[in-house]
Amino acid sequence: MPHNHTLLELSKKLRSRDISALELCTHFLDRIEGDTKLNAFITSDTERALQQARVADDALNSGSASPLTGLPIAHKDIFCTKGLKTSCGSRMLDNFISPYDATVVERLAKEGVITLGKTNMDEFAMGSSNETSWYGPVANPWDTSRVAGGSSGGSAAAVAARLVPAATGTDTGGSIRQPAALCGLTGLKPSYGRVSRYGIVAFASSLDQAGPIAQTAADAALLFDAMAGFDPRDSTSLDKKFEAASSSLEKPLKGLKIGLPNEFFDSGVDSDVGAAVQAAVARLCELGASAVNIALPNSAAAIPCYYVIAPAEASSNLARFDGVRYGYRTNDPVDLTDLYERSRAEGFGAEVKRRIMIGTYALSSGYYDAYYLKAQKIRRLIATDFDRAFAQCDVIAGPTTPTTAFKIGEKMDNPVSMYLNDIFTSSVNLAGLPALSIPVGFSGSGLPIGMQLIGPYLDEAKLLNVGHCYQQTTDWHRHVPGEFA
Amino acid sequence: MSISNQDVHHIARLARLGISDEEVEIYADNLSRILDLVAQMNDVDTDGIEPMAHPSDVSLRLRDDTVSETDHRDEFMGIAPASENGLYLVPKVIE
Amino acid sequence: MSFESVIGLEVHVQLKTSSKIFSGSSIAFGAEPNTQANAVDIALPGVLPVMNREAVTMAVRFGLAVNGLINQRSIFARKNYFYPDLPKGYQISQYEIPVVGPGYLDIEVEGKSKRIGITRAHLEEDAGKSLHEDFHGMTGIDLNRAGTPLLEVVSDPDMRTATEAVVYLRKLHTLVRYLGICDGNMQEGSFRCDANISVRRRGEDKLGTRAEIKNINSFRFVDKAIQFEIARQIEIIEDGGTVVQETRLYDPTKDETRSMRSKEEAHDYRYFPDPDLPPLVITESFIEDVRRTLPELAHAKRERFIREYSLNSSDAEALVGDLDIANYFEAIMQSTAATAKAAANWITGDISARINREGINFENIPVTPLAVGQLLDRIQDGTISGKIAKDVFQAMWDSGDTADNIIDARGLRQISDSGALEEMVDEVLSNSAAQVQQYREGETKVIGYLVGQIMKLSQGKANPRQVNEILKRKLDD
Repeated sequence: MPHNHTLLELSKKLRSRDISALELCTHFLDRIEGDTKLNAFITSDTERALQQARVADDALNSGSASPLTGLPIAHKDIFCTKGLKTSCGSRMLDNFISPYDATVVERLAKEGVITLGKTNMDEFAMGSSNETSWYGPVANPWDTSRVAGGSSGGSAAAVAARLVPAATGTDTGGSIRQPAALCGLTGLKPSYGRVSRYGIVAFASSLDQAGPIAQTAADAALLFDAMAGFDPRDSTSLDKKFEAASSSLEKPLKGLKIGLPNEFFDSGVDSDVGAAVQAAVARLCELGASAVNIALPNSAAAIPCYYVIAPAEASSNLARFDGVRYGYRTNDPVDLTDLYERSRAEGFGAEVKRRIMIGTYALSSGYYDAYYLKAQKIRRLIATDFDRAFAQCDVIAGPTTPTTAFKIGEKMDNPVSMYLNDIFTSSVNLAGLPALSIPVGFSGSGLPIGMQLIGPYLDEAKLLNVGHCYQQTTDWHRHVPGEFA
Repeated sequence: MSISNQDVHHIARLARLGISDEEVEIYADNLSRILDLVAQMNDVDTDGIEPMAHPSDVSLRLRDDTVSETDHRDEFMGIAPASENGLYLVPKVIE
Repeated sequence: MSFESVIGLEVHVQLKTSSKIFSGSSIAFGAEPNTQANAVDIALPGVLPVMNREAVTMAVRFGLAVNGLINQRSIFARKNYFYPDLPKGYQISQYEIPVVGPGYLDIEVEGKSKRIGITRAHLEEDAGKSLHEDFHGMTGIDLNRAGTPLLEVVSDPDMRTATEAVVYLRKLHTLVRYLGICDGNMQEGSFRCDANISVRRRGEDKLGTRAEIKNINSFRFVDKAIQFEIARQIEIIEDGGTVVQETRLYDPTKDETRSMRSKEEAHDYRYFPDPDLPPLVITESFIEDVRRTLPELAHAKRERFIREYSLNSSDAEALVGDLDIANYFEAIMQSTAATAKAAANWITGDISARINREGINFENIPVTPLAVGQLLDRIQDGTISGKIAKDVFQAMWDSGDTADNIIDARGLRQISDSGALEEMVDEVLSNSAAQVQQYREGETKVIGYLVGQIMKLSQGKANPRQVNEILKRKLDD
């Protein structure tokens, strides 16, 4: 069945005309339509997808196709898609039909990629379990009583259940890597500046990056190469040329130095998770790598630092949702203040409001130095820690998350316990580095475990190379939850 | 670090978030817990450290001064909750 | 008890770029509402700002002209507040490190030179406009202006009188026009002034509590608003009261300032560096490129006018205050054999009078400098008298025709034929026996009357110089 294939495999089948883009598209649309358990999608776009598939088939038949032509994917509902609802998981944008395409959407469409729909997500990407979505939580295909992770939970669940072969996500503090880990997938958070942020509803502008969630590192590389690149519409987009990450996947790992931070293997990590990651490191060493112990002494401060900087930027980024030009507007406001306060109170959910308030507080007069400025200084220390570490090693490895997927509802009462899910991922965003999560095994109860590989700035290719070599000798990435096989 | 109900009211007002009296209690509790977490920053000595606002060390790119945009008013007004004669409408603003 | 007032001005200079500061929308004035507001300007979700190079160039040009420090690294910050004309819920501005640091402008008041410090000048975006005409009790929002580049120029509190403030403001206005960075149109809001005013007892060092007067849109109103505010504050203090720090609005119809209490609720702008915009780095070579292309400024132009055209300093000063006038003058000089003095007199006299009467400025004058040059030539070569020229000029303005055509069509050519003039003189003398008598008895002043009669007879066309000569010869015979 087509859904048991990776993007690269499907690409070959399309090219050899074993299957048409239209058949592929229909197959996956049927799977999306047929799913009743996951709540992975907010919007599916049947008509346009079929239309795009026909165009792709023409290109494939005429030989003018790119390697991506005809491949169906889904976009996280944070990417603006012209003429299509772009909700960002919020009631605030439930009625928002974007008048334009995000750069990532535009780039992939240009390559002939077909958009099947928009995936569920934590509201405004604020969450680690996909439970803050206005459209309800996403279930983990490995155990539907558990969370799929967040905030790109819909994308991860959809790929894990093979409703789509791959999907896009965004990662501000772990939102690609954490759900990829909890769903047994490969997720890449690129270096800050590699992928244009234009058209991605902003959460925390200095942390946000878009990337792929896929079955394999090779698929992730294929999508990443198409997504990344200079965009003059984003002032933080890097104006540099890079070699395609896909071209260096096979590079032997001989001589690779893997740094293992003590701080990532402490008592807070589940034993199953720790053991699986250690085993994965051992496998990489068998492939020619060697492991060195390193220190990231300011790791403990990453979560507190992140939960100042991200909400501070978010409080400002979300000020545009005021009920005036688009989006939710309350009924019959009596005056301007009422329009603002009720539109925002009714349009935003509890977690978004909490973060807006924390961010507002951290920036407010009298608290700025103690919170925001302090956090920015710690951010510098965290980045410096990584610089020092990369003087000793080529990549850093550790668990992506301290635990496997938790129960839906388990952490909703205490925001702080939820925040601690990002303990290994958020420092990467603070430093602007690339990181990859790859599946490295299962817990005793059959839940996927992810390993995070962090690379030096702009070295996504190295991470994908390591991930790919690992996946050539393991088959964790080939496992599909029984019910969706 | 605990946040008072009055603080919550003040912050909510700055952020233009309407909150009910019952919610104030919950937010005061939630925000206090988050600030306790955030207070761990104080364990780090940051004397003499330069704050880091941007993760990459680039400088601002400048674009040419050319008009590249065309009129999209009708399209944008189409998604506006309240508009008339090409204007967005809001409750009367008193100067 | 005598008081001293302390005045600082904050001037919003709208930069004359083609496109907005962070988007490719046009900034042309007067378009239909919201037709120049693109996705970035209306702050759609996901859009991002990209900085306009020309706005940076203009800021640097200004910085160099006021001997200001150009910060090689300046930071854009977000100023957060909710208002319907501010689509993002924050204004992108510069806070801690502006593009231009300390500089100064020298002004002259009552013949004395005074240096006014410029604290800083920073780049920022303008907001949209709220239209309060009735839309069923609603306010309409037009975002065409949102994102228009502004340079906010903040002076030190160095001015002590309303006159000094107005002189400084005029000097700044002249400067930005010379630099070509602003059209200076105060009615359209291209050059907007806020004044910070406080008073203190003479001899005290400590500043008094200040009031900020917002958006004063003419030089005259700046003068009046400051005078009113100074008087108001002195009165409060003399009555034993205290001045409150607040924002006030000048109402020109009542000639008073009044409190804007509606805007008084505690502001907390929560400034922080805009994460969408990396630091603005201005290199030495960028600054040098701008320096090389700096235009001639008013002071230098005045010196040159004195040197090159032998104008006296007050004529030169009168011409250089407005760049359009200075350019008009030089264009006339290109096309006439008349003296610079004559051209200057015409500009400051009849031409300015008509301009003022029409309520326009030199930029839109319908009579070209070339046409004025021809008119001056006709005076110079004796074709018409200066008096007739005044009428010809008005006719040129009204009809758009040239001086020569009007002179010919109306038969205004001066009579210089001595035979014809002698006949007219004889006719007047024969009808003015009494005046001739008076003259010969020593009352030579009556010659004026006689000349007037001859001019009248000639319908103003007689060459006055020749008339005088002939008349004197005949009377003194």
